[in-house]
Amino acid sequence: MNGDIVAINFPFIVVALLLALGFYTIGFKRNLIKVVIGVEILEGAVNMFLVALGYSKGGYAPIYTLAPKESLNNMVLPTPQALTLTSIVIGVAVSALMLAFAVNLYKHYGTLDVTRMRRLRG
Amino acid sequence: MRKALGLFAFISFTLFILAAAMSIRPFGEPVHREMDDYFIFHAQEEASANNVVTSVVFDYRGFDTLGEATVLFTAVAGVLMALRHYKGVNS
Amino acid sequence: MTTTIIKTTTRILVPLILVFGAYIILHGHLTPGGGFQGGAVFASGLALLIVACENEVVKKRFEKVPLSALESIGALGFLGMAALGLMGYTFFKNVIANSGFLFGGKTPIGINPGYLNTGGTLSYMNIFVGMKVLAGLTSIILVFFLLLGVKEDEW
Repeated sequence: MNGDIVAINFPFIVVALLLALGFYTIGFKRNLIKVVIGVEILEGAVNMFLVALGYSKGGYAPIYTLAPKESLNNMVLPTPQALTLTSIVIGVAVSALMLAFAVNLYKHYGTLDVTRMRRLRG
Repeated sequence: MRKALGLFAFISFTLFILAAAMSIRPFGEPVHREMDDYFIFHAQEEASANNVVTSVVFDYRGFDTLGEATVLFTAVAGVLMALRHYKGVNS
Repeated sequence: MTTTIIKTTTRILVPLILVFGAYIILHGHLTPGGGFQGGAVFASGLALLIVACENEVVKKRFEKVPLSALESIGALGFLGMAALGLMGYTFFKNVIANSGFLFGGKTPIGINPGYLNTGGTLSYMNIFVGMKVLAGLTSIILVFFLLLGVKEDEW
């Protein structure tokens, strides 16, 4: 593989590295808060992939207010940006619920270590 | 033994994802853009807004925003219900 | 976890943050932004107001703010604006654009400086969704702070 592919597809390579980092944090760490942070890293990688899919070369932002003169016929695609807004809000909702459950787990077991929460007691 | 197996699975997954990221279509050349061309050309006369992204979110694809408002309401209700029995929270 | 530096900084910064959030919500159809982004900025200004005080002061100050009523008004208003297009057209149709009501004006085609009177149902929906996001995020931060039980300043 030549260096040309690495230079052009750089945002997709960054998305792949963030995915690997997120899965490593979920699978190999012991603290419960670190697992929650891993889920948030995964959600950020997916949002970045959605936005990077909608870029066209040399394009401008799709807004007509006081735009420069050469932006009338090459604008970036607006649909992936609209879908990413929804995805970000859903990620916030999932993180808030996970942290509320983490508080309840700490009050019930007395520790935040994942390898000690074994039995379904109480 | 289990840790070595987990490490092997993780490394093979990383290599697979990196190979997929390098052989995807080149960055900056979208294949189908007929729908987005319609949105850009007709957003100012039908929705009368200068911002094309906001007109896509609220006018052309308003159902997704309705579903997202429901998700936000459900998440707030769930958090307030899960933390009800603690000492300082009673309002 | 409240100190004197945070209290002094909060007195100066909070009005500016709230006004900036309201500006982003209102001008959602002209510049980048809209309901969700402006609601998040407004909620972070209120979160700064919550974190900088003790437990009893926060309870006494937020007793008269009707947060759950604001969220319900936001959700029902959004549904009402969408159902306004059911009389004659389809669901979610922009019936206020290019007519003579409060936010309905014509937009000149092409590059123009933005006019605030345009937008149709887009501007109303921005305001309602902004109220909903604001109330939801502030409720979550309020519950997590009251759980902590802070009694006095640190230094």
